[in-house]
Amino acid sequence: MTMIFGVPMAALMGQLLIGLINGSFYALLSLGLAVIFGLLRVINFAHGAQYMLGAFVALLLLTWTGVNYWIALILAPLIVGTFGALVERTMLSRLYKLDHLYGLLFTFGLALTIEGTFRYFFGSSGQPYPTPPALAGGVNLGFMFLPIYRGWVIVASLAVCIAVWLLIEKTKLGSYLRAATENPVLVQSFGVNVPLLLTLTYALGASLAAFAGVLAAPIYQVSPLMGTNIIIVVFAVVVVGGMGSILGAIVTGYLLGIAEGLTKVFYPEASNTVIFVIMAIVLILRPAGLFGKDV
Amino acid sequence: MARLLTSVAILGATATAAMAQVSDDVVKIGILNDQSGVYADFGGTYSYQAALMAVEDFGGTVLDMPIEVVTADHQNKPDVASNIARQWYDTEQVDAIMELTTSSVALAVQALSAEADKITMTTGAATTELTGAQCTANGFHWAYDTHALAVGTGGALVEQGGDSWFFLTADYAFGYSLEEQTGAYVTANGGEVLGSVRHPLSSNDFSSFLLQAQASGAKVIGLANAGLDTQNAIKSAAEFGIVQGGQRLAALLFTLAEVHGLGAEAAQGLTLTESFYWNRTDESREFAQRFFERTQAMPNMVHAGTYSAVTQYLKAIQAAGTDATAAVSELLHTLPVDDVFSQGGTVGANGRLITDVYLLEVKAPADITTDWDYFNVLATIPGSEAFIDPAESGCALVAAN
Repeated sequence: MTMIFGVPMAALMGQLLIGLINGSFYALLSLGLAVIFGLLRVINFAHGAQYMLGAFVALLLLTWTGVNYWIALILAPLIVGTFGALVERTMLSRLYKLDHLYGLLFTFGLALTIEGTFRYFFGSSGQPYPTPPALAGGVNLGFMFLPIYRGWVIVASLAVCIAVWLLIEKTKLGSYLRAATENPVLVQSFGVNVPLLLTLTYALGASLAAFAGVLAAPIYQVSPLMGTNIIIVVFAVVVVGGMGSILGAIVTGYLLGIAEGLTKVFYPEASNTVIFVIMAIVLILRPAGLFGKDV
Repeated sequence: MARLLTSVAILGATATAAMAQVSDDVVKIGILNDQSGVYADFGGTYSYQAALMAVEDFGGTVLDMPIEVVTADHQNKPDVASNIARQWYDTEQVDAIMELTTSSVALAVQALSAEADKITMTTGAATTELTGAQCTANGFHWAYDTHALAVGTGGALVEQGGDSWFFLTADYAFGYSLEEQTGAYVTANGGEVLGSVRHPLSSNDFSSFLLQAQASGAKVIGLANAGLDTQNAIKSAAEFGIVQGGQRLAALLFTLAEVHGLGAEAAQGLTLTESFYWNRTDESREFAQRFFERTQAMPNMVHAGTYSAVTQYLKAIQAAGTDATAAVSELLHTLPVDDVFSQGGTVGANGRLITDVYLLEVKAPADITTDWDYFNVLATIPGSEAFIDPAESGCALVAAN
C-alpha cells in the first residue's frame, strides 16, 4: 500500500473527503456570515443559534406535523429567515448607526437567549433526526465507505454556495445590494428601498444558516449546543477568507475543512486548534485575509 | 456568561437553642457542575434537584439547624470552578461541595477544599485519581469511577470475544484515565490494544476518528468520552457502516440521560455500566417516580448518587453532633451506606464508596414497554470487583492508616 508520511494513501483520501464534507458546513455558514457582514457590517454572533434553529425547526416539523426532510429543507430556512427579518426590522436595524460593537453584543445576547430557551425545553442531550430514506446507506469507494447522505451534503452545499454567489455578483438585485453597501444614501436617492434590502440580506444570511442546520440534522445530534460548537470555527473561516468576501468565505470554508481533516490524521489533539493557528498566520502575513481587499 | 447562582432555603425552622455545634447556624451544601454544556443532562440541574430531594426527605433540618443547598455552573472550567468554590467557602459559609462533573474540575476543587479544610463528595466525575495519587482526607468519590466502567463494560466485551481494542479518547484527564484503565483490563484478560486517537472535548465531527478506528481492524472501538461527544460518535459509526462491518462499539461512560437523548433506535444493543438503574427494585422505582415528577426525567447514576451523597453527609452530621469537617469526615469513612442508591456500601480509607455496579444493555425499541425503560440488567458486579482495593489505590492516606 502506498504510504504518505507513514499514513496509508487510502486513509488519507478518506480523510480528505471527510474534510471536504465538514468544509461544506463551514462554507455554507461562513457564506451567510460574510453576506451579512459585507452588506450590513454586523458581526452576526447569532449565526450559530440560527443554524441550530434550522435543525430544530426541521425536527419539530417532523415530530409535530410529520413534514418530511425535503420539505423541511425549504420550509425551515424560510421560517428562520422570517424570524431573522423580524429581528432585523424590530431590533438590529436600530443599531446600524452605532459602533459595530453594539451589533455584535446584540447578536451575542440573542444567541445566548435562543440557546438557553431551547436548552430549557429540550435539554443539552438533544434529539436524533432520522436520515431521509432516499439517502440512507452508503457506497464503497474502494478507499472508504461513503454514506450517501454525506455525499449529498457536498452537492447541496456547493449548489447553494454557487447560487448565492451568482445572486450577489451577477444579478441586478445583487448589484443593488453591493451599491447599497458602498453608499446607502446615494442608492436611496435613486429610489431603491435600502432598509428593505438590508432586511432581506439579514434574512438571507439567517436562512443560509438554517439550511446548513437542516443539512446537519441527520448527521449530528440535534442539540441546543450544536451551534456553539461550530460558530467560533466559522468566524475563523471568515477572517481567514477576508471579512465580507463572499468568494473568500466559500473557498476558505472548504480549504479549512480539508486542513482540519488532515490534522485529525497527523495530530488529532490539535484538530480544534489548527484553524486558529492558520488564522493567526494569515493575519500576520495578509491582515485583510486571503481574499480580502487591502484596506 | 451569567453564572447561575440560586440558593434555596429549606424550611427556615426558627431553631434557636443550638445545643449542637453547627457553624453559622446553617448547614450549607454546594452543588457545583456543568449546567449549560455537554454534561448538562448527565448531571446538571437534575443533580441539584436530587440534592433538594435528599434534604426534603431528611426532614429539612439537621441538629435543629436548617439545611441550604446552593448551586452554580462551572462550565467545565477548573479555573471557574475554583473561583466559585473559594467564594462559597470564604464568603458564603458553604460546608461541603458535591457533584463536580468533569474530572479536571473535580481534581482542582478537591485539592482546594483540602486546603480550606472542607468536604467534597464527587458524584459526577470519573477519574480514579480522586481517590488514588491525589486523594485527600476530606475528599470522597461516590457514584462511579473509570475503574468500575472498565471492569463493567470492558470486562463484558472481552468475555464476549472482543479481544482487540481501539480507543477514541477525550483529550483530558478523564479520557486518559478511562482509556488507560480499560486498556489495562483488556490486556490483563488476554486482549490487546491496537491504538487510540485523542480528540478535543466537544468535537463537532467524529467521522475522521472513526475511519482511523475502522482502519485499525480492532474488534471493539472503545469510546472513552462522554455526553454529546459519545452520542455523535455513535451516530456517525452507524452512518459509516462501522457496526454493520462487524466492529462493536463500547460506550464506556454512557448513562440513561444520553441513551434517552440518542433514542433507543440508535442506541440499541449498546453495553454500558452504571451504578444505578431506576427500574431495578421497588424502592428505586418509587424514588425515580418522585424524581420524575419534579424534573420530567428519570435519574441516572449521577443524580441518584448525588441524592445518596447528600443523605449520607447529613447522616454523618447527625451522628457526629456537629458539622465540623474532621468529625463528619471520620464518620463518612466509617458509617455504612444504605439508601436507594447503595445497599451495604462501605467507604475506603481513600474516600472511595465501594458499591455494586450494574452491567446494562440497551433494549431493542420493540422490547421497551414503558417510557425510560431502556435497559436489561445483564449482571451485578460486586463493589469489591468493580472498584480498586483502597490498599492498592496509590492513596498515601491508606498506608498511613
